[in-house]
Amino acid sequence: MEKEQYQQLEQNVTPKPPYLKNVAKAFFVGGFICAIGQAVSLFYMIFFNFTEATAGNPTVATMVFFAMILTGLGLYKRIGQFAGAGSAVPVTGFGNAVISAAIEHRSEGVVLGVGGNLFKLAGSVVLFGVVSAFFVALIKYILVTIGVVSW
Amino acid sequence: MVIVFQSKPSLLAGGVVAGPLENRSVFSQYFDAVYDDERWQMKTNEQGHRKMIEEACEFAMKKMNIQNGDVEYLMGGDLVNQMTPTNFAARDLAIPFIGLFSACATSVSSVIIACLLTELGAANFSLAGASSQHNSIERQFRYPINYGAQKPQTAQWTVTAAGYALIGKHREEYPSIEAATIGKSIDYGMDDPFHMGAAMAPAAFQTIQAHLEQRNQKIYHYDLILTGDLGQLGLKLLKGMFVENGVKNEELTFLRDAGAEFYGQDEAFQSGASGAGCSAAVFFSYVLQQMRAGSYKRVLLVATGALLSPLSYQQGETIPCTAHAIEITMK
Amino acid sequence: MVMTFVFAFIIGGIICVIGQLLMDVGNLTPAHTLSTLVVLGAILDGMGLYEPLIDFAGAGATVPITSFGNSLTHGAMAEAEKHGLVGVLTGMFEVTSSGISAAIVFGFIGALIFKPKGNID
Repeated sequence: MEKEQYQQLEQNVTPKPPYLKNVAKAFFVGGFICAIGQAVSLFYMIFFNFTEATAGNPTVATMVFFAMILTGLGLYKRIGQFAGAGSAVPVTGFGNAVISAAIEHRSEGVVLGVGGNLFKLAGSVVLFGVVSAFFVALIKYILVTIGVVSW
Repeated sequence: MVIVFQSKPSLLAGGVVAGPLENRSVFSQYFDAVYDDERWQMKTNEQGHRKMIEEACEFAMKKMNIQNGDVEYLMGGDLVNQMTPTNFAARDLAIPFIGLFSACATSVSSVIIACLLTELGAANFSLAGASSQHNSIERQFRYPINYGAQKPQTAQWTVTAAGYALIGKHREEYPSIEAATIGKSIDYGMDDPFHMGAAMAPAAFQTIQAHLEQRNQKIYHYDLILTGDLGQLGLKLLKGMFVENGVKNEELTFLRDAGAEFYGQDEAFQSGASGAGCSAAVFFSYVLQQMRAGSYKRVLLVATGALLSPLSYQQGETIPCTAHAIEITMK
Repeated sequence: MVMTFVFAFIIGGIICVIGQLLMDVGNLTPAHTLSTLVVLGAILDGMGLYEPLIDFAGAGATVPITSFGNSLTHGAMAEAEKHGLVGVLTGMFEVTSSGISAAIVFGFIGALIFKPKGNID
């Protein structure tokens, strides 16, 4: 059988991802995680005098803490299998990427294993976050300097 | 491609041990031991992997009442970087050893080498097999165990199991290996590491075709043609290739796949099982025991392997695959 | 009060749906998807659109990874406004790094107390 013919057969046999189902699951789980985030924000605003603007930081940290517990107990990967992007896109997914790598590489020691591999999965998020922030801010700076826009 | 063994070396015994999740396998009743601890009480996954290999070999030797010193050669491999679990198991077993890497096809490639050594008269007893341990293989090829990535329906689950066979000179009352086919490395341009069945099916097809042609056989000459870890979708594709080649559907009922059947119909495992230990565990427990019981007289075992690495995948390479086959008969 | 939860749910859910489409339709790996979303967050902030989204949806906009691109850009722009060009580089982690620092600390702690387990359910 020729390659092209086989690729045709493969296309026919391989099931397409269940797009609608996946999107629905991502929406509800992702939305739910954000709603929990909102509750955490509210908690910090009511009990610790944070404002709406400053509550984001402790909220994110708390969400990452939840991610650590769920990751360590092996629950986050089960949520991930169900929810896909719904649990990968919230900051808890970022935490899961860092923490799962850390747990995984503990066997090679704290320095070479955990230290060396902590950002194995999440490193690209940091990289592209920083680089894109740099260029966006640079472009904005130039535009302000030549007077096209203001800060 | 086809080797015919004049002396018909025999598969004297099989030793198969598996991890806790493999309790759910439809084949688990045939395994010698299923452990509760995926790390075999060791500190790391890799040490547990090593221990599992040693125990599989010990089970096989015990069944023939022989010791490490009686075995001339050990042939085997796994999927961890540089195959340290198998290499370290060889250190502890202290048997002359060559490590083999044919990915998940190692379960059969190792048996072929052992048969050649037996045929040469170089070995009275040799051990051959393969293994995989879920945690240490997943971190090697994919993501950390606790990372929450969504696996597609085409994905397969790496089993925790080691299967080793004890091979010796021909004996009437044991299943014997008449012929073997060493497969080519086949690349049909598949590049999805979460759809290995699709990459491996063409390799299985070509090896089976070559074997049947050169042996002047048809599929119906066999009671069972069992491929090793194509999974449910890969098996579908393999059957599709035979159908396109003019083979009738009803002839294909004897064509089965260890990976597709391993966990039954449990959807949690997506397309089924994979890993070097999957085919090894099924071949050297279920198949050998069924043959000794007389259920099967002539069997073709076809182990398939995807010859990729995380590096090759990230560099955008496609996935070449191989398949090796042994023809086993029982009087 | 109740509505803030509803908006957080809906906006957070929509951002996750974009991620799911990038994975399923765009055939991207999780790493590619998250990187794309971070860049998107940075660009939206550059256009001055992300802050209004946070005002509207609260955690629905701060919890998804897009907010990481937003806060980095926000810091860079705030410093650039005060100190000129050099601020673009120095301001980035000024506003927030709580996601990163929390992930590092909890990653370290997690590594000390948990072991990887190959369970399926």
